[in-house]
Amino acid sequence: MTASTPHTRKPEPLEFDKPRVSIAAPEYRYDMQGEMPEAERVERAMKSFVKDFGRTAAIYMESCIHCGMCAEACHFYEVTKDPKYTPIWKLEPFKQAYKREYGPFAAIYRALNLKQKVTVEQLQEWQQLIYDSCTVCGRCSLMCPMGIDIASLVSQARHGMYNAGLIPHELWSVTERARLEGSPLGATPKVFKDRLEWLADDHEVEIPVDKENADVLCAMSSIEIMKYPDSVVATARIMNHLDVDWTFRLDGYEATNFGLLAGNSAAQKLLTMKLIDAAVACGAKTVILPECGHAYTALRWMGANMYGQPLPFKVQHIAEFMAEQVREGKLRLRKVAKSVTFHDPCQVVRRGGAIEAPREVLKALGVELREMYPSKGTAWCCGGGGGVVANHRADELRYKTFRIKMEQIEQTGAELPVTTCANCRQTFDDGQAHFKWDHKMHSLLELVADNLLEDET
Amino acid sequence: MDLLEFARGPALQWSISIFIAGVLWRLLGVFLLRTRKDLSAPRNPAAWKGLRLIALRSWPRREFLEGTAFGEVMGYAFHVGFLVSLFFFAPHVLFFADVAQGLLGTDLHGLIGVSWPTLPNGIVTLLAAVSVAALVAVLVHRLVNPVKRLISNFDDYFSWFVTIAPLVTGMAAFAHLTGWPYERLLAYHLLSVELLLVWFPFGKLMHAFTIFAARGATGMIFERRGASL
Repeated sequence: MTASTPHTRKPEPLEFDKPRVSIAAPEYRYDMQGEMPEAERVERAMKSFVKDFGRTAAIYMESCIHCGMCAEACHFYEVTKDPKYTPIWKLEPFKQAYKREYGPFAAIYRALNLKQKVTVEQLQEWQQLIYDSCTVCGRCSLMCPMGIDIASLVSQARHGMYNAGLIPHELWSVTERARLEGSPLGATPKVFKDRLEWLADDHEVEIPVDKENADVLCAMSSIEIMKYPDSVVATARIMNHLDVDWTFRLDGYEATNFGLLAGNSAAQKLLTMKLIDAAVACGAKTVILPECGHAYTALRWMGANMYGQPLPFKVQHIAEFMAEQVREGKLRLRKVAKSVTFHDPCQVVRRGGAIEAPREVLKALGVELREMYPSKGTAWCCGGGGGVVANHRADELRYKTFRIKMEQIEQTGAELPVTTCANCRQTFDDGQAHFKWDHKMHSLLELVADNLLEDET
Repeated sequence: MDLLEFARGPALQWSISIFIAGVLWRLLGVFLLRTRKDLSAPRNPAAWKGLRLIALRSWPRREFLEGTAFGEVMGYAFHVGFLVSLFFFAPHVLFFADVAQGLLGTDLHGLIGVSWPTLPNGIVTLLAAVSVAALVAVLVHRLVNPVKRLISNFDDYFSWFVTIAPLVTGMAAFAHLTGWPYERLLAYHLLSVELLLVWFPFGKLMHAFTIFAARGATGMIFERRGASL
């Protein structure tokens, strides 16, 4: 087995007695990075899994009663009814290792061999469950009758998988690219600068870059920079409209954090620190994060813990910022005479707590909001979060889950589907193209920028 | 020493000792682990308000009810039947009074200040029967439901056994369901309870304690963020 090459288990014998010749057990593919003995991979996986193992995670590991209810909350189980997609099952090797190696009765489990040692083959098999079929959306965490935050354990398991060199290649390579170039999708400082100049010219909007001092530092996600540049323009328009003292900085603009998604803690910290350092350098009082779900988790909820002290500035998602400006009467918007349904990005809403902010902005736009059922905390994920949309071998499964969103949106009969996460938007665009669907996802940020009400005085 | 004497004497003492020591060991093994302070600026500084999740999660959200109704209803049925039989069956209350007298030199009234209430035997018997029926139903469900079958292990089946055994032996002893002498049935009942006590700290029955910690921890983390509970 060589480094950085996909590995495939030999297919099972063909079944000739079926109506169509098929393979008995679908082959699975897993990726591996680096060269190391199998035992070392397992040891690394388990050591990193427990490295940050605090009291809360241990309580979770001790509490599962195997009721299986979490399956009902998972979109991957919902569309396949395959029990292997039961959220807590995605952690099975790690539960096994916890009991055998680290739990209060580990000595008994080991002495009597009540729990087997985890093998590298198990981890290879589980790679698909931990990365391809979990968006870390946390819907299962709201279902668990024991109150276990399963999504947080999956993130912890990803640390183990990363350190064992057992993550999907796409995630590994974009994380490496982000670590080395500053952006996972090639939005390097030079590319970003060129784009900003081009956008400023093309759209006749002032875009301040590298101001030495500014009250507000804005960040963008690489998806927006490369795929949705209108969001960059929209951000500038809104900031200028509100007369905010703001800037982009080339030493800290990229909010996307693939380190978090891949389980690469070092890369996560590196990317987070760029933003923090840039904000500190320009004395920003507020850092405004773009329409990106996991970017919000990475800085808003994990940034200070990476920094080792409370952040010396406020962190807001752009939707929170806009809602605040609406509340203060500073952001006034033209009415949009359309019906809208809002797709809740999991990391912003369910897990991030910005539940009402996007709705306040929609209210200010005067739209008729038609909520999906379920929505807000129990909303279905788009299927592309947690790095899944970047992992192409998961496409087929992801498209199945996307049908849930298609049905939900169609049921509302709303004219405009709107969200406030570029990753969700990208997942919707991809799903729309795949299914030749006639619903286009829109950005809340861009909708606001298109409907700014100029002061009449 | 006959079987009943053994069950009432050394077996009871040992099983209670293992229960207490095992529960403390497992809880301390977890609670003494470090916890890192969350340095992020809270959305809701009163994170303790999230402790309401301990009560909230006792019934699923409306959106989740359809897929989980069977588990919820059966779960409540056997838990209620089990706990009512355990704590409100008159002979059990007498037994607890004896144990309290032996250990602490006082009766239950002296210990808690009020008389321990009991329920009529008929009601307790009915609830115990419902509990047994629900336990059988959840076992069948565990065996036929693909999700539960996949995720189940020895702990799930053995914990089921040590839970139903005291109910069945207790009902048999109370109702004289077999031709065996009462003393023998009572000994079996006591031994089945002792088996439950010995197994309790090692398996999933510990959720009786950890459920509060897990729900409480998640509630506080989520409340701090303003996330959905």
